[in-house]
Amino acid sequence: MLKIDHLSTSYRTIDGKVHVVNNLDFTIRDNEIFGIAGESGCGKSTLLKAIYDIVEFPLEIDSGRVILSGEKDGRPFSCESGEIRKTWWNHISYIPQAAQSVLNPITRLKAQFLDSVPEKIRERESDQHILRQVGQYLEELDLSPDLLNAFPFQLSGGMRQRVIIALATFLSPNVVLADEPTTALDVVVQRGILMMLMRLQKQLKNTIVLVSHDMGVHYQVTGRMAIMYSGSFVELGKTEDIFRSPIHPYTTMLIGALPRVGDRGQKIGIPGQPPALTDPPSGCRFAPRCPEATERCRCEVPAFREVKPGRFVACHM
Amino acid sequence: MGQTFLELKGVTKIFRIGGILRGKKLVAVDNVSLAMDSDEPTILSVVGESGCGKSTLCRMILRMYKPDEGDIVLDGHSYSNPKEYNPRQFRMEVQPIFQNPYESFSARKKVDTYLFNTALRLGIAKDHREAEQRIDETLRSVGMSLPSVRDKYPTQFSGGELQRISIARALITRPKLIVADEPVAAIDASMKMNIVNLFRQLKDQYHVSFLYITHDLSTAYYVSDFIATLYRGCLVEYGPAREIMEDPAHPYTELLMNAVPRVGDKWKEEMAMPDTEDKEYALSACKFAPRCPYATEECREKQPEMTNPGKSRKVACWHPLIS
Ligand SMILES: Nc1ncnc2c1ncn2[C@@H]1O[C@H](COP(=O)(O)OP(=O)(O)OP(=O)(O)O)[C@@H](O)[C@H]1O
Ligand SMILES: Nc1ncnc2c1ncn2[C@@H]1O[C@H](COP(=O)(O)OP(=O)(O)OP(=O)(O)O)[C@@H](O)[C@H]1O
Ligand SMILES: [Mg+2]
Ligand SMILES: [Mg+2]
Repeated sequence: MLKIDHLSTSYRTIDGKVHVVNNLDFTIRDNEIFGIAGESGCGKSTLLKAIYDIVEFPLEIDSGRVILSGEKDGRPFSCESGEIRKTWWNHISYIPQAAQSVLNPITRLKAQFLDSVPEKIRERESDQHILRQVGQYLEELDLSPDLLNAFPFQLSGGMRQRVIIALATFLSPNVVLADEPTTALDVVVQRGILMMLMRLQKQLKNTIVLVSHDMGVHYQVTGRMAIMYSGSFVELGKTEDIFRSPIHPYTTMLIGALPRVGDRGQKIGIPGQPPALTDPPSGCRFAPRCPEATERCRCEVPAFREVKPGRFVACHM
Repeated sequence: MGQTFLELKGVTKIFRIGGILRGKKLVAVDNVSLAMDSDEPTILSVVGESGCGKSTLCRMILRMYKPDEGDIVLDGHSYSNPKEYNPRQFRMEVQPIFQNPYESFSARKKVDTYLFNTALRLGIAKDHREAEQRIDETLRSVGMSLPSVRDKYPTQFSGGELQRISIARALITRPKLIVADEPVAAIDASMKMNIVNLFRQLKDQYHVSFLYITHDLSTAYYVSDFIATLYRGCLVEYGPAREIMEDPAHPYTELLMNAVPRVGDKWKEEMAMPDTEDKEYALSACKFAPRCPYATEECREKQPEMTNPGKSRKVACWHPLIS
């Protein structure tokens, strides 16, 4: 289980602090695919970095913490921000945004993989042994073990992403964080990769946190999801419910803007721009773009509250 | 049907990779024939997986690459005849928009200098005042204005804003054709809709046609009049957007449509997604045969000819899904 406990983070810049994640408080359960959607720049990647404990200059945690707990190989564990690093790969792993280009193109995959295996395991087992196991695991996923001898530049973007996912799940971590894992890929490859993620989750019964700005991907893959806007969540609930009856006007407009095959009717994007994070409006941050905004919305920040069991919304209406 | 505005006649582009002696030939665009009518402005989308030759096709239409075989005819002027080629005229009529708006503008140059350069160098405006007027008018048609753009650098705009500015830059010459290579790939869903809606609006307002290259099939369906599906450099299907996407004739178009993550229509658990990795394929066969669920002996032996099911459609398949 991942508990995000009143977490706020900011970036230190020359113009002062930019608050990017604001007082987020929610829980991601065991055995689920949890989605996070929102416009570019709303803070999705920042949130994942904070969860994964890569809090390095200029990013810092202003308040709150992340607690990762669960059970692995029959042993319960619990750790929080600052300690989560020590459980990388074992309890939690991370597929960064544009991971395909993060790999060093001129180093063989096996060397890059061994570099990322936790010290403890490398002390205990020989590299040969580890690589043999990885090879077997790749085979289980219908990938060729020969891939380990390849250089990343020899593989297509889709194949690289599959290998990255395989490596990220090799030690069966309790939580896998995936930041836009299919954004740069074409639809057929995207579908293959999303199916692979779903299959893995079913097998491992672990937690996948999937960040994507493609609402169609969330609909297909996630069980619960959150909609993020300008550093905060505006809505959270079962994916099905959110699509069937969105409550927050931002969610409604986001879903309404999606083009669908079979319907050529006019769709309108959300007018206006998200607010600058350096100078956010006082009340609800969506108010300047919201068709239903009232005076209250412009002065008072709406609380993120549970409006129905399991359904959270931050809106005065 | 009236006159053709843009015609591709058996266009082929071959890249040689590796050394001259041991190098391999890669047919990036393979004998593609297509036409756009001039009666009414149209939006033609070119779809297909990564590496299928979409950008190469664009670059040939933009005269950045010369076709190795075949010819392109724009408004009656053949590309292969140098006498008919007037670079200034060409730049007035055909304008590109690229995928990443941050690459279209240098980070150290003010954005408006590009706009003024286009207006003044091509002689569209006589003087600075006239240029200002033209630029402001064009920026307003994309929802911006000269005062909001003046003296600013690219990093001071969001991706969506900058893409709208690059569309405005393309419009300054009042082109007849805009070639947009993945113009919304780097932009989020809501802004995507704003941009494709803008294409629709500009098509009517300025009578400009669009060649819209994209991975995104739902926006292609939404915005385009016609669709062309490319597979490994070959044109495999062409026709009116609605017909093609609601009722594909080529199994590859069907595969693409099935892969779209649609809202309201959940993927079946284990529907086979034929893999996309390179497999050797016989040169003489249908290139899609190794991945095609309907392939027969015939498909593995001979390349299918282009046929015309229905009135306005074309498909290159031995067993089209519609008759
Ligand atoms: N190193 C940094 N220093 C200062 N500001 C930053 C830094 N990294 C990100 N930001 C700012 O934080 C905000 C959120 O960025 P983040 O990368 O989390 O967004 P995102 O939701 O992942 O967007 P995208 O969908 O484009 O990936 C943005 O406004 C961004 O400019
Ligand atoms: N200048 C070049 N030299 C050699 N090969 C090239 C060159 N440009 C493209 N190719 C190859 O030609 C094929 C078609 O490439 P192209 O860029 O046209 O595909 P695309 O459909 O635009 O793909 P994407 O969707 O990834 O942008 C690819 O196999 C590519 O590697
Ligand atoms: Mg991000
Ligand atoms: Mg391309």
